[in-house]
Amino acid sequence: MSSLLETAANPENLRRVAIDPLSRVEGHGKVTILLDDKNKIHQVRLHIVEFRGFEKFIQGRPYWEVPVMVQRLCGICPVSHHLAASKALDAIVGAKHLTPAAEKNRRLMHYGQILQSHALHFFHLCSPDLLFGFDSDISKRNIVGIAQKYPETAKRGILLRKYGQEVIRHTAGKRIHGTGSVPGGVNKSLSITERDELLKDIYQIVAWSRDAVHMVKELHHNNPELYNSFGAFRANYISMVGFDGSLDLYHGRLRARDENGHILFDGVDYQNYSELIGEEVKNWSYMKFPYLKSLGTERGWYRVGPMSRIQNCDFISTPLAEIERREFMAYSGVMPMHAPLGYHWARMIEMLHAAEMIKDLLHDDDITGSDLIVTGERGFEGVGVIEAPRGTLIHHYRVDENDLVTMCNLIVSTTHNNQAMNEAVRRVAQQYLHGHEITEGLLNHIEVAVRAFDPCLSCATHALGKMPLQVEVLNEAGEQLSSLSRTSDGILST
Amino acid sequence: MSQSNTFTLDGKTIPYNEGQTIIQAAMAAGVYIPHLCFNPEFKPHGSCKLCTVKANGRQTASCTQHPAPGMVVESDTIEINDERRALLQMLFVEGNHFCPSCEKSGNCQLQATAYEMKMMSPHFDQFFPDRMLDASHPEYLLDFNRCILCSLCVRASRDVDGKNVFALSGRGIKSHLIVNAKSGRLADTDFSGDDKAAHVCPVGVILKKRVGFTIPIGQRSFDEQPISATPHPQGACPVGPRSNTATLPPHPTVKGG
Ligand code: SF4
Ligand code: FES
Repeated sequence: MSSLLETAANPENLRRVAIDPLSRVEGHGKVTILLDDKNKIHQVRLHIVEFRGFEKFIQGRPYWEVPVMVQRLCGICPVSHHLAASKALDAIVGAKHLTPAAEKNRRLMHYGQILQSHALHFFHLCSPDLLFGFDSDISKRNIVGIAQKYPETAKRGILLRKYGQEVIRHTAGKRIHGTGSVPGGVNKSLSITERDELLKDIYQIVAWSRDAVHMVKELHHNNPELYNSFGAFRANYISMVGFDGSLDLYHGRLRARDENGHILFDGVDYQNYSELIGEEVKNWSYMKFPYLKSLGTERGWYRVGPMSRIQNCDFISTPLAEIERREFMAYSGVMPMHAPLGYHWARMIEMLHAAEMIKDLLHDDDITGSDLIVTGERGFEGVGVIEAPRGTLIHHYRVDENDLVTMCNLIVSTTHNNQAMNEAVRRVAQQYLHGHEITEGLLNHIEVAVRAFDPCLSCATHALGKMPLQVEVLNEAGEQLSSLSRTSDGILST
Repeated sequence: MSQSNTFTLDGKTIPYNEGQTIIQAAMAAGVYIPHLCFNPEFKPHGSCKLCTVKANGRQTASCTQHPAPGMVVESDTIEINDERRALLQMLFVEGNHFCPSCEKSGNCQLQATAYEMKMMSPHFDQFFPDRMLDASHPEYLLDFNRCILCSLCVRASRDVDGKNVFALSGRGIKSHLIVNAKSGRLADTDFSGDDKAAHVCPVGVILKKRVGFTIPIGQRSFDEQPISATPHPQGACPVGPRSNTATLPPHPTVKGG
């Protein structure tokens, strides 16, 4: 009997291994550079292979399946898709306002996701670049190197992430492929035991998150030349902002600012996103290029994600993160911060905010409430938007009278940032490649720029220095002059 | 009970009554024999072969085979379990079974039996058959992607409901489930949610609409105990909601009807 119970005690592993043939979604980054015989750069392109089959795949499926099904889109932030889809489908079941217990448990799940994702990104993927240097010894430039030189930092990274995963597990039922959020609400709230378990460590988590902000801040102060200029370009930026103008990663209205920080639009109901945002198709890229319709394709591209959100909101509702936001704003001065490395700083401020929000929610009685689902007048179309760890995530569905999905449109954060990441790579190529042979150091500079955006690709979660990347140098005739590529195993080849 | 009315199952003495099959006697004695198309409420069908045992050295389906006095039956052996696992793997690849996004996950007998048999991967190439959904009925959905052709719904509709809503059609790999309507749509049959047939599907084909994932992970039939400890799993297996879990939502109202 004990062996049977052992088997049942680990259902996640079994389920995952045995039965999901479609769970792997590959992502690849590829950079092509066009230069003339004087090594002057003419063209740099970042190509990302995006997985778009999902929108077709979900057509004809029953709507209540979608919030769980969409998690197969992405192994990196499945909870964001889970919640964005649920928000869109709230409109289908006519849930205009969720119960307090439902909304707070969804928020808790979301902040858990922000915490674990931001911690993973900063500590595992980026701290080696930032602490050792972009050109540093590649054999040490990884999380193992960090664990040796900065054991406390590495440990905190692991524990912060683990805590976020525990929040997800308690709210969604599992760390991955959970089911907690359903159209109209949630299927469970926290039990008292679960709440108390999370309460035990939350003060430590808040403190460590604050230390993490301080660490990034110091990096900026110590090397402003690099941090302010590396891959820097000016851009519009958008995000969802709370109804009161606060940083709100779960719900609110859309706000956009231009490169000078002036409001382009504000208070927009995201149900109308398609009136504001267009998606341009370019023949050289699988991924679309979104743009603000009011500005057109040339000038209308924008950035999303932590750096947009921190500079777009008027204030942060939690005190420690608000102090940090003010310092961030003071540092960048009158003009908004545009340097990609600023993302790391903003990301850590958000992690601190998420930790503080988790703390507040755990002290809120609604979190263990029992009124979980509401429904109302049946709808046939819904848009759900959430500020995912990487940026604004839009889910849009139409459902027929038989309850089947007839249309699905998704705009994921990485797609919003497509043009912006291309710009960053171009700047880096200009700043560092110009007239030089390609070296591993260059490859990593490009990678550092791309990774600042934390693109939502499976390649971005590969261990540092292992993102599959390919750089080709072509002459004007399109002939290849040199190339360097690195496989996901970290093997370099020319 | 006389000494002669027993057989041994993996060395354990199992009493039986006249008319009982091996699996029925085993169940009555609390011993699990893997099975899918067998349900104690219906006449056995003997088609899935998951319940295969060796009786006096010969392979036979324990849901149709009657024991004989002193019969030596082997069930939980490496050899037979390997065969069962292969059968399960074939069932998985012949249909479209994506457990992580299936609402029957945790309540599904196919999935639970696969765990029981320690199936770690589908092993064979997926067929990815092109199968339809039938969402025509206002209260029930048919997702044919998951049908394992166990015929339980056929038997329930015919033998209990007296309706013949469901039937198996075609042969071999072309076999499939059909409903009794010219249009081929469930809405045009006399199917009702009160039918026995609405509640017997061991997998996720016959589903009450808008239930979806309202039962949280941890409280589904096979979350707390494996299928081997759940002697008579029923199709729908509703679990009563607890204080911090959702009750089923009322159906959303459709404006103007
Ligand atoms: S629908 Fe369900 S009960 Fe009917 S034959 Fe298919 S698997 Fe068996
Ligand atoms: S259970 Fe006996 S053949 Fe299916």
